[in-house]
Amino acid sequence: MTSRTQRLEMRGISKRFGDIQANIGIDLSVSAGEVVGLLGENGAGKSTLMNILFGLHQPDAGTISIDGVPVSVTSPRAARDLGIGMVHQHFMLVSNHTVAEHLALALPDAPFWNPVRHARERIRAFEARYGFAIDPDAVVATLSAGEQQRVELLKALMTGAQWLVLDEPTSVLTPREADDLFALLRRMTDEGHGIIFISHKLDEVLALTSRVVVLRHGRPAGSCITHDTDQETLARLMIGRQIDRPRRKLMNPRDRVVFELSDLTATGHRGPATLENVNLQVHEGEILGIAGIAGNGQRELLETIAGLRPATTGTIRLDGVDLTALGTRARTAAGMAFVPEDRLQSGTIPAFSLTDNAILRDAHRAPFSTKGFLSTDRARERAQRLITEYEIAAPGPHAPIRTLSGGNIQKFLLGRELDAAPKLLLAAHPTYGVDIAAAALIHRVLLDRSEAGAAILLVSEDLDELLTISDRIGVMFRGKIRAVLPAARADRNRIGLLMGGAEPTPEERP
Amino acid sequence: MKLRSVPVTSPGTLRITVCMAASIAAGLTLGGLVFLLMGIPPVTAMVKMATGSFGSWYGFKETVTKAVPLTLIGAGLALCFRARVWNIGAEGQLLFGAVAATCVGLHLGPTFAGWSGILLMFAAGAAAGGAWAAVPALMRIRWGVNEAVSSLLLNYVAAEFVQYLIYGPLKGKTQFGFPYSDDLPSALWLPTFYGSRLSWFPLVLAVSAVVVLTLISNRTRFGYDVRVVGENPAAAMYAGIPLGRTVLSLMALSGILAGIAGSSEIAGLHHHLTYPWSISSGYGFTAILTAFLARLHPGWTWLSALLFGGLLVGGDIIQTSLGLPFATVNIFNGLVLVAILAGEYLISHRIIRLSPAGGPR
Repeated sequence: MTSRTQRLEMRGISKRFGDIQANIGIDLSVSAGEVVGLLGENGAGKSTLMNILFGLHQPDAGTISIDGVPVSVTSPRAARDLGIGMVHQHFMLVSNHTVAEHLALALPDAPFWNPVRHARERIRAFEARYGFAIDPDAVVATLSAGEQQRVELLKALMTGAQWLVLDEPTSVLTPREADDLFALLRRMTDEGHGIIFISHKLDEVLALTSRVVVLRHGRPAGSCITHDTDQETLARLMIGRQIDRPRRKLMNPRDRVVFELSDLTATGHRGPATLENVNLQVHEGEILGIAGIAGNGQRELLETIAGLRPATTGTIRLDGVDLTALGTRARTAAGMAFVPEDRLQSGTIPAFSLTDNAILRDAHRAPFSTKGFLSTDRARERAQRLITEYEIAAPGPHAPIRTLSGGNIQKFLLGRELDAAPKLLLAAHPTYGVDIAAAALIHRVLLDRSEAGAAILLVSEDLDELLTISDRIGVMFRGKIRAVLPAARADRNRIGLLMGGAEPTPEERP
Repeated sequence: MKLRSVPVTSPGTLRITVCMAASIAAGLTLGGLVFLLMGIPPVTAMVKMATGSFGSWYGFKETVTKAVPLTLIGAGLALCFRARVWNIGAEGQLLFGAVAATCVGLHLGPTFAGWSGILLMFAAGAAAGGAWAAVPALMRIRWGVNEAVSSLLLNYVAAEFVQYLIYGPLKGKTQFGFPYSDDLPSALWLPTFYGSRLSWFPLVLAVSAVVVLTLISNRTRFGYDVRVVGENPAAAMYAGIPLGRTVLSLMALSGILAGIAGSSEIAGLHHHLTYPWSISSGYGFTAILTAFLARLHPGWTWLSALLFGGLLVGGDIIQTSLGLPFATVNIFNGLVLVAILAGEYLISHRIIRLSPAGGPR
């Protein structure tokens, strides 16, 4: 590192996008050797603020200064030259390169000849200094999410970043990997780095940071010394009011199996056999949670059940009917609903109005179309009904759905899928990136539906969500359901270990 | 000072109109420079083009004559392109329609004189155009072959096939050695408006195509499927929309319309099969631009088809009256087109200025 700086300061930052005031007068500072938490719900302005720091946006007002000297960060390149680095929530790794090749591409001082050897030497040096292990010759695609994240961190450090921004770094990690990350971050602060840690997980912020800045609706909602605060205070600052999160009530067990997978195997986008001999039963009125680190076959599991991906072997039965050979529409007609994980990629069409989105999966059938002609009135009625029923903040059924917030889109999507009272609901990350109030409503809806008898298969990376609302939790690892535990007796750490590949005990096996 | 462009998500009517008008004006200015280089006052040339194509009844009828096939094909392509199904083969589909219509006319004409024969000709042309368009569609569905490339290449196959026919099996005995097929029986010639080459039957077909395709695109389940497929194939899959069937239907539909255009060129204008470039004068390609200028709304293709028809006719006029080489007219038309298509970018993007410090002003 060339020259050490002591303090990075953002003062009075404001930014407006069209009609939306994303940041209003926000102050944030970080000193060398310190971790500052930046807390807020989705849409509170955290990302905008960090994108300004990283040179992706220009502030309308306010200054950024380093050691009291105002600087202008006009591009990510300028940010890097100032020693500001960022590790994004979704890594952008060139995946079929080795670690050393990947880093050689990023190093500004890599020699023309044999840059990979140069990178390899630098990696070794950093390993010794920060005490972590990475094989420079491993292919990036074969690394776990935690390891990939370390490569991104390494990249930021090697390009000379003294100030690091970590955007929701634990969202893809197992609890164990998160602990490793925290140890690494502490080591980095000892080395004189200043870290801005973005999260909406209160326990992590409390464990890691020395100060917390809370944003709400683009404004500073408060800032405090971590030592003097607690989860309740932070949550109140973040949301602005108290919210009751619904919990699973213990109810009479129902024995009737509604949905059954036997020996289901399928291939996926990432190499062969992403789903291997999955056996699963969901009972009437039951919420079965599926835990697992991203990329262990959860997506493929739901897509295969929904009929978007062919099963190579095995059977899928809903209410006694074999659906294995049927198409998506036939499965929907048989009583299956699906909330996919990418709500703007496949779940809805951003440019379409709510009305048009309301019939995405039903345009081919009555009452939404008869004899090939659409009935726009029916579609509009459904959109209007969903808006009222799910408290969706929207200008009206005619508005393009992309103008809605993530939480409102998610409520709309869930409502649409539940509108035909399905026997089975497949839900992937239904509260991912959704504000707390919407998440609470979504949980309440899921619980109500299961009490009314629907079987729900809930895939989530949020262990708290799974523990709060499911009846049983299945753990997926490398395309298999390794274990199934009753949620009431499940232990966070045990699930974390199983997610990381620990051997299940005989009674944990499905 | 730096400029940066920001996407505009849903441009309003005013923005579209202003940008369109501005880019047409810019195109005319640019094109005017070409005339200037040729030593002709640009205003004179453009006035001649405008009066020649829109200023007289005769010219206007010529313009409409050319706008008819452009509308027919452009409306079908607009629907295709909305679903991001890239049918670049309308030219070949038109030619196949012309071939089938000629064959039916020559063989059945004597038995089915009048409207029954004409309708048979058009039905055969439509079927042939649709079938020729189905080839790239099936190749995409079955083997994943990019339909833009295959349909483009099939144009050349079709053109060579027409040449083979007029020099070989279909070469007419009554054409004094010219490479034309025999003339259709005159009972199969389309009736024209008095004193022009414009027939009312294809005109009616073109207008109905615009109406029907607008209806399909706005009111039917198929139109909805088309919009979903065009927005996002992943969402179409999730919605359970049969992708293959949609692609095939769209290709066949636009092929049928191109085949009808080919039939009407034969039955209305040429009355025999002739050189491929005389049958069509590039309608299959110009219709691609027609569809884009109509912003892929089938309901507006008639307007953009009139504009392109006018450019073609106006070009012919100044070629003869001002003695300009054909290339000049082509360059002029090309520049106007480029400007109009570049205007698309201005419609969907807002240009903002950044201050030297980096922030917006």
